[in-house]
Amino acid sequence: MKRIGVFICHCGINIKGTIDVEKLTEELAEYPGVAYIENYIFMCSEPGQKLIRDTIVEHKLDGVVVAACSPTLHETTFQDALDEMNINRHQLEIANIREQCSWVHDDIEEATRKANLIIKTAVEKLKLNESLIPISAPLTKRVLIIGGGIAGIQAALDIADGGYEVILVEKEPSIGGHMIQLSETFPTLDCSQCIMTPKMVAVNKHKNIKLFANSEVESIEGFVGNFKVNIKRKPQYVDPDKCTICDDCTPVCPVVVPSEYDEGMSWRKAIYIPFPQSIPATFTIDTENCLGFNPIACTKCSDACEPDAIDYDKKPEYFEEEIGAVIVATGFDLYPVENMAEYGYGKYPDVLDGLQFERILSATGPTGGEMHRPSDGKVPKEIVFIQCSGSRDPERHLPYCSRICCMYTIKHAKLYKHKVHDGQPYIFYIDIRSGGKRYEEFVQQAVSEDGIVYFRGKVARIYKEADKMIVHGIDTLTSKKIEIKADMVVLAMGIKPNNSAEKVISNLKLNTDENGFLIEAHPKLRPVESLQSGFYLAGTAQGPKDIPDTVSQASAAAAKVLALLSNDEISHSPIVAIVNEELCSGCGICVSTCPYGARELDEIKKIATVNDVLCEGCGACISVCPSSAAQQKNLTDEQILNMVKIYSYL
Amino acid sequence: MKEYKPKIVCFLCKWCTSAGADLAGTSRLKYPASILPIRVMCSSRIDPMFVVKAFLNGADGVFIGGCHPGDCHYHEGNYHTRRRFAMLTKVFDTLGLDSKRLKLSWISASEGTKFAKVSNEYTEKIKSYGENPSKWNVFL
Repeated sequence: MKRIGVFICHCGINIKGTIDVEKLTEELAEYPGVAYIENYIFMCSEPGQKLIRDTIVEHKLDGVVVAACSPTLHETTFQDALDEMNINRHQLEIANIREQCSWVHDDIEEATRKANLIIKTAVEKLKLNESLIPISAPLTKRVLIIGGGIAGIQAALDIADGGYEVILVEKEPSIGGHMIQLSETFPTLDCSQCIMTPKMVAVNKHKNIKLFANSEVESIEGFVGNFKVNIKRKPQYVDPDKCTICDDCTPVCPVVVPSEYDEGMSWRKAIYIPFPQSIPATFTIDTENCLGFNPIACTKCSDACEPDAIDYDKKPEYFEEEIGAVIVATGFDLYPVENMAEYGYGKYPDVLDGLQFERILSATGPTGGEMHRPSDGKVPKEIVFIQCSGSRDPERHLPYCSRICCMYTIKHAKLYKHKVHDGQPYIFYIDIRSGGKRYEEFVQQAVSEDGIVYFRGKVARIYKEADKMIVHGIDTLTSKKIEIKADMVVLAMGIKPNNSAEKVISNLKLNTDENGFLIEAHPKLRPVESLQSGFYLAGTAQGPKDIPDTVSQASAAAAKVLALLSNDEISHSPIVAIVNEELCSGCGICVSTCPYGARELDEIKKIATVNDVLCEGCGACISVCPSSAAQQKNLTDEQILNMVKIYSYL
Repeated sequence: MKEYKPKIVCFLCKWCTSAGADLAGTSRLKYPASILPIRVMCSSRIDPMFVVKAFLNGADGVFIGGCHPGDCHYHEGNYHTRRRFAMLTKVFDTLGLDSKRLKLSWISASEGTKFAKVSNEYTEKIKSYGENPSKWNVFL
């Protein structure tokens, strides 16, 4: 029989606080198969791992059970410790007695009893574990990046500079994301376009980057190192090779629609270029609004186009690309401002959201950077900013802090003051969160030098009187009612995951949290990886963050991908299905069950086979096998039944 | 008299429900120690035989947790589970076992609160039924 060592971790008091580890050690010492048992304060620390390594030699162990935290955290840590001692890494089992025991129970006696059972199931499973060698598979050294905002751009450039090919997919006609819409960035006040456009041009020029703009990821199949992605490129109806960007088409286009780039604050035509610095620099026809799809109605742009670049009959194009890893950088949207009816958005044209105000401040915006309000073009002399609009309101809106609104509001107020010297900005806030490098100094400077007035409290109501917006609020520090006759109101909306990314994320089966943000493999130690191997996260798709954090995370994801691609081949988990040839009748039920096409019928032997490289180890084929010929390596029926027995017997 | 503490064997899929149970732990939510977890790669790995054996061995309830329909990490594993569970309920009734003691629930990796809630409610339910009468009733 195997000689198994059981190592119980105290995890400080996280486990020891609710589980009597000494009693547990005593009880399990006599359990059949347990050759050695020990408890220690931090099993994952170097002394803890050394204890395991030394005991393996001293007590001639051939298997180890570590009773500690969830296997997602430290399974590989302890597997590596076994590797060092030349014991196969599949001779390790983790008994999860923290997340699924000590942390969720209060009663010491009951928690100890449950931990005892959990450890016994791990021992029983380990007894029948085989030593397995990872299956090696080829590695495609190309990367897919979904999303062409600052996160996607940074990651693409980093990986491309590292010498690997990148496929960058952006759903909009131009890359740039939300950052390209911003006026200036906190806390340095450098112009967003000035720091962004060179990067966009670099993406376009880089020999290792293949850009798919106006495109969507339809599906991704395969496993880490060997994915196949299907990309749909929506027709732009303007041939980028022929188009000279002469702009003869837009003046003749009769259709006028609100501009997305200016957040509806200006107009564009149905044939348009999103903004002058767009990459790729090509015009696009917006199918929803263009009349040209009915040739009788309109062909004005086509008539005006001298190089004959317009083709209304263009169809979507589909591409299949082979890739080894994926970075998901799908970004954010502002929390829908329509949800905040009490602030009068939509009813009063001078109530704006943060991005709209950003466009007014921007030199490329609808007012050319001059401060005019939308309703009558008047220069606003008093502006009220409302922070936490939609954020930190678990009952009605977003429960979380959106992290950037405090800072962008102070930036708005400051930039406004720079443009309207005799203007007065007021900011309603709950707390000021300025926890970034030079952020607090930025806030302090704005308060002392720019005369920005802060009220701690929320706004109850906004209504219009003559040409003024009357803002009713309360200052909770002085308990005084506040009434401001403002010319303009700016709502510092919180952020949420990008609306249009929802579909692609659910297609990829990536885990999201209750707010829709992507879940990282570990909140502290693996913040840029997904639990699904081969997928990496960057930017606001993972959680609210500002530009410096987004860029850092994108570079971190790129570094992780570069590390993966520096291998010659990929190792694939050997926890796959196997077939007992003697029992298999060749019925083929497993073949139709397998979602990966890993099951095939051997026409000569008349039995089912498993393609190890394609098998993902779900085990669906095992429970459908009528003759019990199929088994899952290291999770056989016998192993599971032995675990069931531990739990069900008295 | 000592309070009756049921034994509930729980099969949790690695990607959703087990991760949800981990989140319940990280959030320090509380539920009874009757919940005894076995982690499998996918809920579709659960052979109905495991469930029957658990009952005959003396478990008071069996809980199966998987990803929400459409969210299965392996694309369609939980659809197999759903059909198999419907079938299993009928088999239980035919065999004279108590199908009310079976529970299938979809709990995602973000639903720590749901895991704790389902665990609490299900344990209460099993408690109200009392001990599994088919215990030791080995007829298969």
